[in-house]
Amino acid sequence: MDFLRPTTLDEALALKAERPGAVPIAGGTDVMVELNFDHRRPEALLDLTGVAELAEWSTSDGQVRLGAGVPYTRVITELGDVLPGLAMASRTVGSPQIRNRGTVGGNLGAASPAGDTHPVLLATGARVEVASVRGGRTIAAEAFYTGVKRNALEPDELITAVHLPPASGAEQFAKVGTRNAMVIAVCSFAVVLRPGYAGVALGSAAPVPRRAAEAERFLVAELPWQTPVPLADSLKRAFAELVAGAADPIDDVRGSAAYRRHALGVLARRALTWAWDDYRNNGGERQCA
Amino acid sequence: MTSATSPTSTTPVTTPARTSEEAAGGIGSSPVRPDGTTKVRGEFAYSSDLWHEDMLWGATLRSPHPSARITGLDIAGALAVPGVYAVLTHADVPGVNRYGLEQPDQPVLAEDVVRYQGEPVALVAADHPETARRAMERIRVDYEELEPVTDAQAAAEGKGPAVHPGGNVVRHVPIRRGDPRATADVVVTGTYEVGMQDQAFLGPESGLAVPAEDGGIDLYVATQWLHVDQQQIVAALGLPPEKVRLTLGGVGGAFGGREDLSIQVHACLLALHTGKPVKMVYNREESFYGHVHRHPAVLHYEHGADRDGRLVYVRARIVLDGGAYASTTGAVAGNAATLGVGPYDVPNVSVDCWGVYTNNPPCGAMRGFGAVQAAFAYESQMDKLAQACGLDPVEVRTRNAMSEGTVMPTGQVVDSAAPVAELLRRVRDMPLPAGPSGEPDLRRLPGGVSNTTHGEGVVRGVGYAVGIKNICFSEGFDDYSTARVRLQAVGGEPAATVQTAACEVGQGLVTVLQQIVRTELGVEQVTVEPMDTSIGSAGSSSASRQTYVTGGAVRAAALAVRKGLLGRVGHVPGELSVSGGKVVSTRDGVLADIVDVLGDDVLEETVEWRHRPTESLDPETGQGTAHVQYAFAAHRAVVDVDTELGLVKVVALDCAQDVGKALNPQAVLGQIQGGSAQGLGLAVMEEIQTDGGLIRNPSFTDYLIPTVLDMPPMNIDVLELADPHAPYGVRGVGEPPTISSTPAIVAAIRAATGKPLTRVPVRPEHII
Ligand SMILES: Cc1cc2nc3c(=O)[nH]c(=O)nc-3n(C[C@H](O)[C@H](O)[C@H](O)COP(=O)(O)OP(=O)(O)OC[C@H]3O[C@@H](n4cnc5c(N)ncnc54)[C@H](O)[C@@H]3O)c2cc1C
Repeated sequence: MDFLRPTTLDEALALKAERPGAVPIAGGTDVMVELNFDHRRPEALLDLTGVAELAEWSTSDGQVRLGAGVPYTRVITELGDVLPGLAMASRTVGSPQIRNRGTVGGNLGAASPAGDTHPVLLATGARVEVASVRGGRTIAAEAFYTGVKRNALEPDELITAVHLPPASGAEQFAKVGTRNAMVIAVCSFAVVLRPGYAGVALGSAAPVPRRAAEAERFLVAELPWQTPVPLADSLKRAFAELVAGAADPIDDVRGSAAYRRHALGVLARRALTWAWDDYRNNGGERQCA
Repeated sequence: MTSATSPTSTTPVTTPARTSEEAAGGIGSSPVRPDGTTKVRGEFAYSSDLWHEDMLWGATLRSPHPSARITGLDIAGALAVPGVYAVLTHADVPGVNRYGLEQPDQPVLAEDVVRYQGEPVALVAADHPETARRAMERIRVDYEELEPVTDAQAAAEGKGPAVHPGGNVVRHVPIRRGDPRATADVVVTGTYEVGMQDQAFLGPESGLAVPAEDGGIDLYVATQWLHVDQQQIVAALGLPPEKVRLTLGGVGGAFGGREDLSIQVHACLLALHTGKPVKMVYNREESFYGHVHRHPAVLHYEHGADRDGRLVYVRARIVLDGGAYASTTGAVAGNAATLGVGPYDVPNVSVDCWGVYTNNPPCGAMRGFGAVQAAFAYESQMDKLAQACGLDPVEVRTRNAMSEGTVMPTGQVVDSAAPVAELLRRVRDMPLPAGPSGEPDLRRLPGGVSNTTHGEGVVRGVGYAVGIKNICFSEGFDDYSTARVRLQAVGGEPAATVQTAACEVGQGLVTVLQQIVRTELGVEQVTVEPMDTSIGSAGSSSASRQTYVTGGAVRAAALAVRKGLLGRVGHVPGELSVSGGKVVSTRDGVLADIVDVLGDDVLEETVEWRHRPTESLDPETGQGTAHVQYAFAAHRAVVDVDTELGLVKVVALDCAQDVGKALNPQAVLGQIQGGSAQGLGLAVMEEIQTDGGLIRNPSFTDYLIPTVLDMPPMNIDVLELADPHAPYGVRGVGEPPTISSTPAIVAAIRAATGKPLTRVPVRPEHII
């Protein structure tokens, strides 16, 4: 197995074009597990940790461009105010060691239905920036996840960044696991509220992370956007039902389908309440940092 | 796992005043462990770090099926792989292809059948671990799959196909005391289930076998009992004992999971066959297949009591699933039966316990060893009884608490302290944790940082439990340890060495042995020699017995050395003792330096030491003085439960335990914290899930053990009520806290939710 160590993005893309079978490795927190368990025997590893461009973030045109190689720890400490939903999800990933190494790019590359950043990326309407020697393109998050652990990347492409708007309302992420830390999601949920916009998404409750489109439309139509009052229970219940209905969960070693559906309803109700309370207490549109 | 202890409880509360003449670093103090610094720095050499020039790597091909006939086995493909030195099957086992702790029923390598998923079928040695792995994949095994036996209850009833020729009951233990037809005003019944817990030690099975010039073998291995490994290896290799020498490798935890053989015979076979050193290390997944687990259990209980909650009778039927091979199933069944009513005084008892064979993963020793399963059931029953009688859970327990003098269901009279009621009162009287206040801190809520609740749906509950465990080996077993202590002058200072074959598995035995020698010889410098089979057996590092038994042996050897030393002083007035490197007389004070008394001589004594004998159980009535010593711990658990999501945060898990004498108070606290955490794991998360005999979660991704956010800081109250029969009065410490922790937590969850919760681990689905 070759270990390729490009130092620039161009070099990385050239290598990937030359050797599409080379497996990119960022934090390695997924890749190394697969190698150690012999689930995967790639001909080459393409180490992206030497590519400085991937480890940067910037803001322009009202969007945050988060490099694919920025580890969770930095998302939490540097972007906690700007991307609160993503930071919340990042805080729940693994342990401090994993958060020091693991990246959003790696989460997208692995495309596990249980990946914690996916619901947030979906609910915020993020776009995934990818590149190859042929050029670059961006893919809407909901078009990125194509199957269990499969994504929309072409064999010669690398993920370079995700683009997402800074929070302008309220964002919440919650995940159920059977341990109080360091646990893979039994199911997870994200909700994003901006004036006139609602993003709602679920993780670990279908073959791919998915948006709950009906629940989003329901919020846009039914939230008392103009009056900052607490939400009626009936509204929360109806919303929870739509969220649970959007799931297509399975029974597995981590939990039953019925429990997942139930738990998603509970998370939906609670997270919507927190998000709405945040939203109305901040007077609707909030000033971004 | 780490757990903090609140500052107020870092020293035992009930500790008799220490006498000032105790040697520095002697018993009663908590000196730094000799292996502590290297372990904390990550420099300690575990058995998986063993290395030898020119060594090969061994790999094990395992059965993918829980039950199958082997109809063909072709190793040619593997042998053809460059770098492969040997591929071995059962035909290459030179001795008896059977081993086992209680009965030799397990093949070293499968012959015509496999009885569980993961059963070793063939071995490969190659010059690289990856080569060995790849070669292994080229061994062709043809299996004719059979319907696996997975229902332990049916197995106990003699239904279904036999996993072994003699039928599926490994052992049936009946206990009969008093009137079998006793009746009572208040009757509560229940059926309880305990899932399959894993020891989850962090250091995987590993070792290095080095062929020797005399045709024998030197094996370096992480294990719990060198000599019982040696016995089994010798039989399988067909070698005399002196040709099979074992040395303990660095052990990364054991908890019972290293009592059975894993790599031992396999590595030796490969090394003898190739003439080269062979190293074997399991990876995490293989480790789940490579050791026994805690027996899953189904327990049917009926408790009868008068209206005041005083027990009239207990009847129980317990089925323990031993899986494919016997391992220690017989002894586990003996414990579950004899301790089946718990630490209570019960006049009429009828318990039946079956340990059975199935095609599920083999089960054997794990911390608590049969007492854990029974305790979940009898403590659940005591709460039911409390409710039925309108009593407080502590009150119903103290009313029935056994004490010194109590006659056990086996007829054994308890002849040392049994402060069951006192332990319960102590945990009850500890301060309760404060309720939530101010901004919610996610880390203190169910769900932790996963942000599942800010207080919604959260209900607090409090639960109690007390448990009982036998210490040392029971039922007539000749349980002894061998120790050698040497005293000499080194560089003008007196120095002692202590040698035993007792396995340091992380529990801190090396420190305790040093402490004992310091105290008895008045010498500060004490070296513990590597543990190996060049000295006689020390027995197992299990049953909470090493401080008792090997501690007893070391003490006896040290006392013999001291006698020799003082004998050299000759007859002087007053009584002589040793302290601070000097010989001291009660009348005249310091008489001489130990080094001067020694001169150039070396004083050495070797002692084989036994605790008092026990009796076997009558096979029909279960009567007999079967246990050496009983130990007790009580817990109070406080939990916050998210009743809508079924998530649990254990807020407090406080413990009171009698340890007889805390030879090393800090190590005692460590055992209580660790044991309690392991009990917490069983209560709310730890389970090997099986389906049709197949393990569904052989990884730490899905076999969850508690983290720092799951395990609360503990208040610990340590009692020291000396057992007059035990060296220094010690009472085994390691297992009792594991036993009462689980039922206390489940009781607290019941109190919060009102759900019956008859199975552990409790899953979110059970709560909502
Ligand atoms: C102990 C442990 C706990 C964990 N807990 C969690 C958890 O709680 N939640 C969670 O979501 N995940 C968890 N994970 C999984 C993992 O940490 C995350 O998925 C993480 O985001 C992966 O990032 P990485 O940089 O380490 O990816 P890597 O392992 O380096 O890569 C992951 C995948 O993405 C590909 N890839 C990486 N970068 C790129 C790129 N720029 N372009 C194209 N493809 C790329 C790789 O080829 C690979 O297929 C855990 C893992 C471990 C070992």
